[in-house]
Amino acid sequence: MTDHAAQAPLALPASSRVLGQVARRAEAVVLPVAALLVGFAVFSIFLLVQGKSPADFFALTYRAGFGTAFSWQNTLSRTAPLLFAALCVALPARLGLVIIGGEGAMVLGGVAAGAAGVALSGAIGLIALPLMAAFAMIIGGLWIGAVGALRYYRGVNETIASLLMAYIAIALMNHLVEGPLRDPESLNKPSTAPLPTPLRVGDIPGWEVHWGLAFGVLCCVLAWVLIDKTTWGFAARIAGGNMRAAQVQGLAVGPLIIGFTALGGALAGLAGFFEVAAVHGSANASLASGYGYTGILIAFLARHNPLAIIPVAILLAGFEAASGLTQRRMDLPDATTLVLQGFVFVSILMSDTLYGRFKIFTPERWRTGDGK
Amino acid sequence: MENDLGLWVIPLAILGGAIRVSTPFLFVSLGEVLTERSGRINLGLEGTLVFGAMSGYAIAYLTGSPWLGVLAAALGGAFFGLTHGLICSLPRVNDIAVGIAIMILGMGLAFYFGKPYVQPVAPDLPSINFGWWSDVPQVKAALRVNVLFLIGAALAFGMWWMFRATKVGLIVRVVGDSTDAARAMGLRPALIRTLATAAGGAFAGVGGAYLSLFYPGSWNEGISSGQGLMAVALVIFARWNPIACFGAALLFGGAGALGPTLQSVGISEGYYLFFAAPYVLTLGVLIATSSPSRAMTGAPGELSITK
Repeated sequence: MTDHAAQAPLALPASSRVLGQVARRAEAVVLPVAALLVGFAVFSIFLLVQGKSPADFFALTYRAGFGTAFSWQNTLSRTAPLLFAALCVALPARLGLVIIGGEGAMVLGGVAAGAAGVALSGAIGLIALPLMAAFAMIIGGLWIGAVGALRYYRGVNETIASLLMAYIAIALMNHLVEGPLRDPESLNKPSTAPLPTPLRVGDIPGWEVHWGLAFGVLCCVLAWVLIDKTTWGFAARIAGGNMRAAQVQGLAVGPLIIGFTALGGALAGLAGFFEVAAVHGSANASLASGYGYTGILIAFLARHNPLAIIPVAILLAGFEAASGLTQRRMDLPDATTLVLQGFVFVSILMSDTLYGRFKIFTPERWRTGDGK
Repeated sequence: MENDLGLWVIPLAILGGAIRVSTPFLFVSLGEVLTERSGRINLGLEGTLVFGAMSGYAIAYLTGSPWLGVLAAALGGAFFGLTHGLICSLPRVNDIAVGIAIMILGMGLAFYFGKPYVQPVAPDLPSINFGWWSDVPQVKAALRVNVLFLIGAALAFGMWWMFRATKVGLIVRVVGDSTDAARAMGLRPALIRTLATAAGGAFAGVGGAYLSLFYPGSWNEGISSGQGLMAVALVIFARWNPIACFGAALLFGGAGALGPTLQSVGISEGYYLFFAAPYVLTLGVLIATSSPSRAMTGAPGELSITK
């Protein structure tokens, strides 16, 4: 990372060094927020061209996503899977890998949890739930870990491979819930057998939001510790900066790649577990809901920082929670949310070109008057 | 069910399916060959394909002319390619990530504007009956070849010739192999890559129009399930050679026809697994043809996925 290298020779007084730190941190906040606003602005123009009012859109979204206690519950329930899905993108991103198939690990993790629940239906929740979660994480970890292994051992492009594997995962899920794992009583919507009540994940006391949110936030914090405070995270960041240099330095790049992808996949699998055990009550096609794809945008907006994922995921969950009402009221198609996400995504990637361009954010350039 | 062909129906239907299903693969992969030969990768072609399917269908319905639909799809595709190309010309912007964003935007806009066109019926693209000599309906059906397939095949050979023997082909190849060499020759790499990406997007748009205007021949949100992405993977398999793309597209078309064919003869067991055959084939092909050491024969030197 270049900013570590730049700090050492800086001969500024202590106060300006603190200021310099603040400036550098500020860049990582101000630019993504600005990019988000630009995305919203472009989307507003898009709505105006259609003869729809952007003010109405954002006001309705605020009311239905964040305005009342009920809308907060809806938003926070949707936040849980998004946190895990974003981590599945952000962790491998530290190694420079672009994994976009978290949806597949999530779907198969959900099926694994549903199947384990059927097998363990006689057990008490305290034993069965951790086993179901563990099974979901193992399946998810193997799924995305395989993408990492293919990348390391065979040089297969991880972006394409992970998305292909997501399509395969969804086909596999359809096969399993309509075939071997199908509950004969699920007529209209093929599903695994419904989980008995002791095997359902409940709400956080006093919140009316299921425990997945708490675990998601915890995982974000732990992922931040892993990346920022441990040797593994440091090694991963070095490898992400320059894979070949890291290999020359003797870093075990293979285990890092496979470990980080598997960890990301395991977290996506855990999201599938919570979707089944806390939301749907059985594994079925509702698992392929697109959370995995929204997670990609969240990770990029958060610049792959696990702590930043939390507020960004809440924001986007609010837009998704509000989408139904907003679209009905304004007579907009379902795809409106996708269009908004597309504009924001393009905007955030364009902002990558601005880093280091503004003098105010780069303390090394403060003293030299020429701005170089 | 009465027919004298017995199990011969299956290979026949797969052959027919290969010709029918391969066309979108062919157009998208030819477009991607052009883009990648210039040194960039556009993963957004899945979104471009879907947008092409929507715009082609909508314009064909509104004007009554399927060919105007194809033209609209090509223009829409070129617009998305141009957007991708211009954004990637900014310094320090990652072309793979931009591709993902364009994929989401393309699908979002296609679904947004395509909603009113799910019900109406647009005119089909014409096709030619090469099966006139046969009395067997299955043979006739298999050999009903769409005009766009023939155009795509001709384009594959044309592009192969372009890369081999023309100045434009040489310019694209130089830019793709070495930015420095291209600059030394007085070329403008960013401009050429942007144009190559725009042209590639136009190809993908035409592939989408084929989906909605011939096979399956209607517009809905599930019209493409990864064909655009598979076509990008197919380019690696075809080693950036347009004629190899043609062969690979036929192969992938056959794999894509497997699920529907087996279903049509009454084999529904494991239907979803057969449906996944093209993805598994693509992944298998990627694993077999990728290499852990960085040099991939035939790969453009500036391409990020092979670095």
